[in-house]
Amino acid sequence: MIATSPRVPVPQAEDVPVQGGETASPILELRNLDVHYGSFHAVAGVNLEVGQQRITSFIGPSGCGKSTVLRCINRMNDLVPGARVDGEIYYHGHDINRPNVDPVEVRRRIGMVFQKPNPFPKSIFENVAWGAKINGFKGDMKEHVERCLRRAALWDEVKDKLKESGMALSGGQQQRLCIARTLAIDPDVILLDEPASALDPISTLKIEELLRELRSQYTIVIVTHNMQQAARVSDRTVFFSLNEHRQGMLVEEGPTSQIFTKPRDQRTEDYITGRFG
Amino acid sequence: MSVETQADLVVGSRGRSVDHFQPRVQQRRLLGKLWQWVFLAATALSIVLLGMLLWSIFRPGWQYMSWHLITAMPSRLPERAGMNSAIWGSIWVVLGSGIFSFTIGIGSAIYLEEYATDNRWTRFVQTNISNLAGVPSVVFGLLGLVVFVDLLQMGRTLLAGALTMGLLILPVVVISSREAIRAVPLSLRQASYGLGATQWQTIRSHVLPSALPGILTGTILSMSRAIGETAPLLVVGGASQVLFRPAGPLDPYMVMPLQIYNWTGRPQEEFEHLAAAAIIVLLAVLLAMNSVAIVLRQHFSKKNRW
Repeated sequence: MIATSPRVPVPQAEDVPVQGGETASPILELRNLDVHYGSFHAVAGVNLEVGQQRITSFIGPSGCGKSTVLRCINRMNDLVPGARVDGEIYYHGHDINRPNVDPVEVRRRIGMVFQKPNPFPKSIFENVAWGAKINGFKGDMKEHVERCLRRAALWDEVKDKLKESGMALSGGQQQRLCIARTLAIDPDVILLDEPASALDPISTLKIEELLRELRSQYTIVIVTHNMQQAARVSDRTVFFSLNEHRQGMLVEEGPTSQIFTKPRDQRTEDYITGRFG
Repeated sequence: MSVETQADLVVGSRGRSVDHFQPRVQQRRLLGKLWQWVFLAATALSIVLLGMLLWSIFRPGWQYMSWHLITAMPSRLPERAGMNSAIWGSIWVVLGSGIFSFTIGIGSAIYLEEYATDNRWTRFVQTNISNLAGVPSVVFGLLGLVVFVDLLQMGRTLLAGALTMGLLILPVVVISSREAIRAVPLSLRQASYGLGATQWQTIRSHVLPSALPGILTGTILSMSRAIGETAPLLVVGGASQVLFRPAGPLDPYMVMPLQIYNWTGRPQEEFEHLAAAAIIVLLAVLLAMNSVAIVLRQHFSKKNRW
């Protein structure tokens, strides 16, 4: 148990790289994370490190707290009445749950894409520009919007109708618009909460391709119900399940290839082979 | 008959007893039909009553409808009497009360929905706002008399009347604004917060624009309630005869319902007809306001659809 404060991300030379999931220095560290919704103990004792510039996926059965943990990372649980988060979450060594940390500042650096595409009822241009504008972006907005839409692989489909409503796009396009909107605030980490679960297979594939391209510039954490998706896109996989008190807990974490081929825990094996969940 | 065939069908195909079932399909259908007629009768009754109301107004009033009625000032002589000052008085009172209740109402609705924590105190406030909406209008008149006319020394002016009316419709405006704000989907707020927006930026750019059609509809419908109210203005002193249009907030004023009330109390029979004609004018203004509400709602909800 490390109890030394100020936590500086130390280069961890002694970490042995496992095939496929080399250990980069952690950008996020979750320590003894507990989440309560009112009297309901939703998540218990999660410890996790997330490395820089790679894709980490959270998998597990329904109700095992993977989305809850994700929402802790950018303090979206602040918005849920009755939610209480205990434990520490270090982002570049700073505990984001400390009272002097402004969640607004956290969310600017740790962006989020939601399960159901939720573009603003505004034009496509405004959808991308708004986040940048409120965060004080002072550069050339037209150029910025184009760059973000290109990075989200949406530019070619929308370049002639930037003034039209974002709500008029297809579901898959809306989700890529939401990703573009998140890129526009220039975050460091992008959290995605089952981003493709409401989409058709082709749109899903596009999102996955996009994530792999974004991997080189952003740290990505994705919650998914779809194990194939986790296997396809992620470098590391975290398996969550329920403990005997029906609290969400982290069972096992490791390089994706290892989790899917040689899981250490029986529960992980049962889940990925389809015997449970 | 059809019951038997159904039973036969089931027994025949599955070879199973159906003793426990008494489907009574015909009775069930009949009951459905019966209720349909009951509901139709209820609808028909209200339409007939509305028709009778319109008939009883239009029959005596229609012939007295004239340009003169709208443009002339009140007079003791029925052939000279008009309601111009009352029309203008009503417009100013309603506009003033609308602006007052819209600004205060939207503010308290935002506070209650977005900022206030859910505790005993806020629930107490909320319950009492709902109670206020049910308080008889004459009570608001007394409140206006004490606070605006006497305490704040406004006297029997347009301003005092407009503020009293504003107080009267304020609870309804708050309630409908709160409902409109609550109807803004959580996903929209999450999207905004997820981009690092502050609470105020979220409210200003997303919650309010999405809730605006509902808020405007509630406000305009309350304003059309205010235009027909008489009792509070009797108390705070809308005059019964004003021979000029109010030019400023501190002028004396009268409103259409007061004019109608005044005319129905006169001995000459012509005034009864004039009162009926004035009611037609009042109804027309009401209808126009409701149309504006519909147009505004359409306009704003087209702009933001989620």
